[in-house]
Amino acid sequence: MPVSTNIIKNREVVADDWSVLRLNEGDSADSVSVPAGRVIVPFSVWSAQRAQLLERAEIGVWLASDAQADVAKDDLARFSLIAVDFPKFTDGRGYSIAYNLRTRLGYNGELRAIGDVLRDQLFYMQRVGFNAFAVRADKDINDALKGLTDFSEKYQTSWDEKTPLFRRVQRQAVSQD
Amino acid sequence: MYRYDQYDHLIVKERVAQYRDQVRRRLADELTEEEFLPLRLQNGLYMQRHAYMLRIAVPYGMLSSPQVRMFAHIARKYDRGYGHLTTRQNIQFNWINLEQSPDILAELATVEMHAIQTSGNCIRNTTSDELAGVAADEIIDPRPYAEMIREWSTFHPEFAFLPRKFKIAISGAEQDRAATAVHDIGLHVVKNAEGEVGFRVLVGGGMGRTPIIGSVIREFLPWQHALTYLEAILRVYNQHGRRDNKYKARIKILVKALSAEEFARQVEAEWLDIKDGPATLTVDELQRIAQYFTPPPYETLPATDAGFEAQKTDNKGFANWLKRNVKAHKVSGYAAVILSVKKTGVPPGDITAAQLDFVADLADQYSFGEVRVTHEQNLVLADVKISELFTVWQAVKAQGLATPNIGLLTDIICCPGGDFCSLANAKSIPIAQAIAEKFDNLDFQHDIGDIELNISGCINACGHHHVGNIGILGVDKDGSEWYQVSIGGAQGNNTSIGKIIGPSFSAQQMPVVIERLLSVYVQQRTEEELFIDTVQRLGIAPFKEFVYASPIPTGYTHGEDACVY
Ligand code: HEM
Ligand code: SF4
Repeated sequence: MPVSTNIIKNREVVADDWSVLRLNEGDSADSVSVPAGRVIVPFSVWSAQRAQLLERAEIGVWLASDAQADVAKDDLARFSLIAVDFPKFTDGRGYSIAYNLRTRLGYNGELRAIGDVLRDQLFYMQRVGFNAFAVRADKDINDALKGLTDFSEKYQTSWDEKTPLFRRVQRQAVSQD
Repeated sequence: MYRYDQYDHLIVKERVAQYRDQVRRRLADELTEEEFLPLRLQNGLYMQRHAYMLRIAVPYGMLSSPQVRMFAHIARKYDRGYGHLTTRQNIQFNWINLEQSPDILAELATVEMHAIQTSGNCIRNTTSDELAGVAADEIIDPRPYAEMIREWSTFHPEFAFLPRKFKIAISGAEQDRAATAVHDIGLHVVKNAEGEVGFRVLVGGGMGRTPIIGSVIREFLPWQHALTYLEAILRVYNQHGRRDNKYKARIKILVKALSAEEFARQVEAEWLDIKDGPATLTVDELQRIAQYFTPPPYETLPATDAGFEAQKTDNKGFANWLKRNVKAHKVSGYAAVILSVKKTGVPPGDITAAQLDFVADLADQYSFGEVRVTHEQNLVLADVKISELFTVWQAVKAQGLATPNIGLLTDIICCPGGDFCSLANAKSIPIAQAIAEKFDNLDFQHDIGDIELNISGCINACGHHHVGNIGILGVDKDGSEWYQVSIGGAQGNNTSIGKIIGPSFSAQQMPVVIERLLSVYVQQRTEEELFIDTVQRLGIAPFKEFVYASPIPTGYTHGEDACVY
């Protein structure tokens, strides 16, 4: 039975009953057994065991940070959830993967950041399209939640904001004197 | 000059609050040092040899007098009374307390300043031409574009954790004064045959361990597409730049590995998707920003002034200063004045609180309240009336900012080196000082003419040694400090990377090495030939031969007493 943990989803802390399958040393994508229930499998496992996994009602996949969003292109509708892994919080490839999944491929299901997910990255992550965050287990998730609201304005477009500031508002200098 | 509106103020204010809380969490151990590191770097805070260093952004080098006064205030209140101008047109303070750093940012915010993205693996402060808007050779003022890039790159959510730091430079004049060829992206403002404004786009330049000159990936990009095209470049780099080896993580390595043609192809493919999208710039936006860079209220003046002509003839010191430190202006009766922050005996680029206050007052009185930082670590008053140059010169002289050496041997670019920087292999400031002392004679310097001497304390190349006509690089050999010399580097329109002349030297040998290099030049030059021209004509062989022909005294051995600084 997977233990229920908390995640941030749509700006709230909620219980989560998905589990993430990670391959251990010696596991191979085509032979690893995918447990029952709601499981987020590595994309390599999805590719290798696609036929069986297609039979399951709910299946999620996760993309490694060196993946391209395009690999998921043909199966987008099959996934209840796509996760992107951050092996280290300083690895920024996941931001472009998310942006491309949302903007280029039009994925609109749950998009979850997993791995080394920390408060000070959440603001950026939500901007590129993540709506769920599995905050690293040793961190206070309620504290992390505050990271989503660090800024109330942004200059440039991304997934969350289709119109840059200069098209969105009338801008004018305010005198300081 | 650009002024914040309510949105800029809000974003910077929220940044200060965010950072204050990050510092609090670090001090409470809710954040480990490893977790805190990229956060503080993206706020310009480095841990240095002795203390924290704070690098403050000076967008494209432009400052108002209240901002300059704020630097003086920070120098006095939070540092040891001085700051350090950098090759990226910023200013650094070397003796900062972590606990006080949020307060500094709060104070900076009151004068529309910050330290956002002055460090870290994100898009850094965009640099430009220090003579933007006034240079006689300007095609288009690059500052509105630089400002649009500043806004776009500030907290860009997708590009805050790139494989490596990312630097953009933009130039709008015939003569490139922004070192665009050695930036991750260099933009040249150009006009096409129809007179439309656009950019020539260079990618993959940089210095450091692997110095590379940028490649042109697009000859003409209409200005409206600047931001979407930059986004496409950054997206390709973010996904495909190497992350396994920090020395191979810069975009220059990716461009080289793929070839410029293939890189350009990938960028164009990426761009197709966002081209003409909402991030496309509009004429309205350009006009909104450009109105901050309209010419100041110049008077209608004759090209020269009788009093000025007389002062020039009567006073050799003034004439020398005019020759080196005063630049042509596009408006009749005005000139751009470069304040030399390169006085012998002072580390290049170091400026005191008193000098900062002085420069702010001077700018208010004589130059519409504006100051610029050059990438050679000097300051500029861009709009001084010719009739007031003499008065300005006298005032500046009294403050030690009038050394008539701009572009000359002692106008050295020098990184902080081993005196401050924890990455250094060797000191650089004492080398700059020893050279400056040896060649203090101005007549000699004027005879040598334009020459670029650049010093870095390690291969990171903060002092631009690769593009110095003479470049000096601090190296470590068995735990002691040595200096490797290259010649033939150049910046600007004919950027080139210098060639190493041979085995390295001790600190004590360096002034003699420079003397020997110069003597080859003096003997071999044709009339009107600059040092760099002679090197290019003859190659490095004659220089190398003479420098190593006979032993150079090493003076005292390297050790504690060897350091003069
Ligand atoms: C004292 C604190 C400083 C530290 C710790 C520091 C750190 C570094 C590092 C690690 C690099 C290597 C980047 C790379 O190879 O990709 C670098 C390069 C550079 N730094 Fe600094 N730096 C410092 C001060 C400065 C100063 C004072 C300047 C300007 C005078 C400066 C300007 C540059 C430039 C222009 C480069 C070369 C960039 C390129 O490769 O294109 N840095 N610095
Ligand atoms: S070149 Fe090296 S020594 Fe000099 S400031 Fe840069 S990192 Fe430090």
